[in-house]
Amino acid sequence: MKHRLAVNPIACTGHGLCAEMLPELIRLDEWGFPIVSDRAIPHDLSPLARRAVRICPELALRLDPAAADRKVAAQ
Amino acid sequence: MTRSGGPAAPPTAPHRPDQLGAATRLTTGWQESSRAASLLRHTERYGPLPRRGSGRALIDAVGQAGLTGRGGAAFPTGTKLRSVASGRGTAVVVANGMESEPASEKDKALLARAPHLVLDGAVLAAGAVRADEVHLCLPRNREWLIAVIQDAVAERQRAGLDRVRIEIHDLPHHYVSSEESALVHWLNGGEAKPTATPPRPFERGVGQRPTLVDNVETLANIALIARFGPAWFRRAGLPDAPGTMLSTVSGAVTDPGVYEVEVGTPVGQVLAMSGARPDVDHVLIGGYFGSWHQIDQVASLPLAPAGLRAAGASPGAGVLLALPPDTCGLAETARVLTWLAGQGAGQCGPCAFGLPAIADDFTQIATGRLTGPALERLERRLGTVTGRGACRHPDGAVRFARSALTAFAADLKAHVSRRTCLAVRRSEARRPVLPIPRPLGMEVWQ
Repeated sequence: MKHRLAVNPIACTGHGLCAEMLPELIRLDEWGFPIVSDRAIPHDLSPLARRAVRICPELALRLDPAAADRKVAAQ
Repeated sequence: MTRSGGPAAPPTAPHRPDQLGAATRLTTGWQESSRAASLLRHTERYGPLPRRGSGRALIDAVGQAGLTGRGGAAFPTGTKLRSVASGRGTAVVVANGMESEPASEKDKALLARAPHLVLDGAVLAAGAVRADEVHLCLPRNREWLIAVIQDAVAERQRAGLDRVRIEIHDLPHHYVSSEESALVHWLNGGEAKPTATPPRPFERGVGQRPTLVDNVETLANIALIARFGPAWFRRAGLPDAPGTMLSTVSGAVTDPGVYEVEVGTPVGQVLAMSGARPDVDHVLIGGYFGSWHQIDQVASLPLAPAGLRAAGASPGAGVLLALPPDTCGLAETARVLTWLAGQGAGQCGPCAFGLPAIADDFTQIATGRLTGPALERLERRLGTVTGRGACRHPDGAVRFARSALTAFAADLKAHVSRRTCLAVRRSEARRPVLPIPRPLGMEVWQ
């Protein structure tokens, strides 16, 4: 199953470790908060993405099913 | 069309649905009295609370009627009811009467004049999704409105009308406190701040139970559909957006107030009803999460989601605000953006840092006191915060700001090049047009 990165914006405090780990898919805005790509994670970046999720001190980064696999929410 | 206030109209006998005017459904009898309709008066107007047609049948009727949420998102109500009904565990109904949009008055007007229509709808919705509790959420600073609803609930209790428990709650009145996850969080003992989703309230809400959160106008429409059926409901409005809607019209108009109009009434017609000044150039559609438009580009468009989409607008909760022609739209927008920046819950970085920065850039442009390339900076920042909050607060503020840059493009050019604007100088002496609520004093979220 394809995944994409997602941030819990309430939990995120802008440590920025994720962007260091995975600059291909995560960049920081001018205030240091991550802007994550919403496209499916390419196969070769998958291990790094998982490490970025594990390394977040706030547990704010997660992997969600990518758009094609996502169940359409009821609202 | 019915406006709150105004001359008395002859009483109607509306439990015969064909005698309810096409666009006087929710506002039936509002011309007779500005006070809340008693249970007796309400029953005379609409007939008794229907006992049949609950459960699945009512959900189907609401679906067939094509009712959509009147709080701003216009989500299909039948679909929402079905999702909640199919959830695990006993459901809960939350009636959202918070109306934190400063330019909107319609929920307040509806609750104050037809409390039993809203309560009927909440009780019927509870029956449909098999909920055993109704929670009505109201802003804490509207004590008079809370008193009206308390009286209405007491009246129903004396009449032994409802099998579900109705609880009234007074919540802190911040802009984001009316967001559905904020209501649920508060009802669960937390602060009235939005929470990260999923889960959404229809999955896990109050007490972790499936929770239907509906705007009070939506619930009032459910009460009408339960009585008169989906075919009757569809007699007003458009095939893809049926029914009526309450619209709050203000600004450069002679008769500001709450109007009930068929969904799809042209924007220009609603403005004309309220006596908009003929020299008005710009209108705000949908409130502070809405958008500014040049009037000649939207006047002929229907006040309905699909019809406004082409212009990049959305009816939202039905707000129309005509900007007086001698007022600077950029200065007004800057003032509201500054307020919106302070109205966030302070939970999400992109919103907590982004909105004040955006408001500051915008203020620099509006006042002509620029630090560096303020417009370029603003445009870059507007492109970075959308979709990055737990709720839609940053998205709404960005949309509002962006629309001002387009609608007031000519003014913008003058501001950025000549670094000032004649309208600002004039409007500095004027009362500001867009309403900003008084500060609550303390940062109370509990």
